[in-house]
Amino acid sequence: MEKTLSSQVLPKEKVVWMYRKMVEIRQFEDAVHRLFAAGKLAGFVHLYAGEEAVAVGVCAHLTERDYITSTHRGHGHCIAKECDIPGMMAELYGKATGLCKGKGGSMHIADLEKGMLGANGIVGGGFPLACGAGLTAKLTKTKDVAVCFFGDGANNQGTFHEGLNLAAIWKLPVIFVAENNGYAEATPFEYASSCTHIADRGQGYNIPSVIVDGKDVVAVYQAAQEAVERARNGGGPTLIECKTYRNYGHFEGDAQTYKKADERALHANEKDAINLFKKYIKEHKLMTDDEMEAINKDVEQLIEESIRFAEQSPFPAPNELLTDVYVSYP
Amino acid sequence: MQRTLTFSQAINEALCLAMRKDEKVILMGEDVAGGAQVDHLQDEEAWGGVMGVTKGLVQEFGRERVLDTPISEAGFIGAAAAAASTGLRPVAELMFNDFIGSCLDQVMNQAAKLRYMFGGKAKVPLTIRTMFGAGFRAAAQHSQTLYAIFTHMPGIKVVVPSTPADAKGLLLASIADDDPVIFFEDKTLYSKSGEVPEGEYTIPLGKADIKRAGSDLTIVAIGKMVHTALEAADQLAQKGIEAEVVDPRTLSPLDEETILASVAKTNRLIVIDEANPRCSVARDIAAMVADKGFDTLDAPIKTITAPHTPVPFSPALEDLYLPNASRVLEVVSELIGDESLKAIS
Repeated sequence: MEKTLSSQVLPKEKVVWMYRKMVEIRQFEDAVHRLFAAGKLAGFVHLYAGEEAVAVGVCAHLTERDYITSTHRGHGHCIAKECDIPGMMAELYGKATGLCKGKGGSMHIADLEKGMLGANGIVGGGFPLACGAGLTAKLTKTKDVAVCFFGDGANNQGTFHEGLNLAAIWKLPVIFVAENNGYAEATPFEYASSCTHIADRGQGYNIPSVIVDGKDVVAVYQAAQEAVERARNGGGPTLIECKTYRNYGHFEGDAQTYKKADERALHANEKDAINLFKKYIKEHKLMTDDEMEAINKDVEQLIEESIRFAEQSPFPAPNELLTDVYVSYP
Repeated sequence: MQRTLTFSQAINEALCLAMRKDEKVILMGEDVAGGAQVDHLQDEEAWGGVMGVTKGLVQEFGRERVLDTPISEAGFIGAAAAAASTGLRPVAELMFNDFIGSCLDQVMNQAAKLRYMFGGKAKVPLTIRTMFGAGFRAAAQHSQTLYAIFTHMPGIKVVVPSTPADAKGLLLASIADDDPVIFFEDKTLYSKSGEVPEGEYTIPLGKADIKRAGSDLTIVAIGKMVHTALEAADQLAQKGIEAEVVDPRTLSPLDEETILASVAKTNRLIVIDEANPRCSVARDIAAMVADKGFDTLDAPIKTITAPHTPVPFSPALEDLYLPNASRVLEVVSELIGDESLKAIS
């Protein structure tokens, strides 16, 4: 079932977009890591660095109308779904200009206008939500699809099994994307899950299921293409398991004693998703080093501007505490 | 001189003592040991829970008795309940009380009701430890205060300690108890220190503690609000007003007698509860005093709670969300009619 680095040459325009989004995610997360360590950000922050190829390879097929559900590790999904990056940073600072007016923070960051239905503080919270969005798309005949990103920890929640079953019996246009980074918090996948692969579980629900190298954005792209086409054409759900790795801890402040030193080095270098994609880009002469460097610099500037915007933005006004609980409440 | 421990250390010590005493006491939860089956990981380097509260227990008791679970709250909380009813004495950790949404059936319809439904033939000596409370910038799904839900349910006992010494004695009592108990730990109190007696001792469930004696008004406060009440009481004392601070310590059973006796002495009652106000423990206590102690009251009962909103992430809003000492002084000035109290608030 495993697919290897593809030789298919993707259109340059797509490649440029994918490269830029991966760099945006990496730089955003590296900046958040520094800001958190410097005491500028508070609360629980979970970083996506290392897993960029998954969000980007999947979202490359989505329009603004398509839906995604996310996890506690949600910044990468937001960026890949083209949420506003300064607005994201302001949200992490708890500022009024944040995507959720500062009320949600890192763990509840969302942008419904972009089809981003929210990061989630509850492991496994996204499966039913993606089914619901898929049901809306199906019954209103929009041809939109819903993607449910989830971690390996979530595949042991009841909602995983209920969500897959529901999507299968109703033939919902849902793509379940497992981000198997090997650890649920500090617990290895091999200990916590009775299956060898998350994708094995899809068969029990008669859902086409594939495993891809989640570090290879092209492989993710290809698997997602097939799944999105199936969903848009009424063929029902797909489960894609992406084998990946998170470069940082479960949360900021995690000493990561459960990881091996050599495994961290491997994923930071030769198995790094951005390095692998660069190699592919050069092999197929899709961008020059200068072009890639120009994107890196441009993104650096965007991240700096986002931080400045967030820091200079006001906190929400005190009355905001009481608003947005209901649409109307006499 | 007594030794001091943090709230977190006191809980760890209680678990350790309970496990040494009775091999049927086991721990389970997400990463309560940490890093299960990671070959290179020494047990002393393992997490010991997401906040490190159970750190070191796996070294002494091994992974047979300190069980890492998958992220499957319905699965392991329910399994803990049935293990309790069939002979073990499990302490299950529900990492955040907010995650009760993933396993409420197992607590509400199974653990809490087995004994009654089976005509008194079952016992469920289960303790669920869980973290609660705002003030940690942890946002809407990791900051709630949900003890009222369980207080409402017959069949489960509800414990909310406010000091390290109480935490240790109440946890030992909870584990020894033959009924299911949910034990609420305020995440912002873990690092707070206090004197904690050595060795084994229990604090009975259903016995309130007077944290500060006073004659002018009674403040009943829960969890970290006990510290807010004490801070307000110190400021009131400077104005010559002596507040009595009553910490119920357990919400089910509730020590009505101690609360009513205090109100009978002071004739005024304020209840501070960081939970949302509707159907809250604050209003439950207010209603109980209105019902059973009305004749002893000289003023209306006041409750101070969070507003009827989820917990906001933004630090600017979260600070407004939580009750604080200034709000207590404002309410006292309304009760006592002393405008100068507002000035110090």
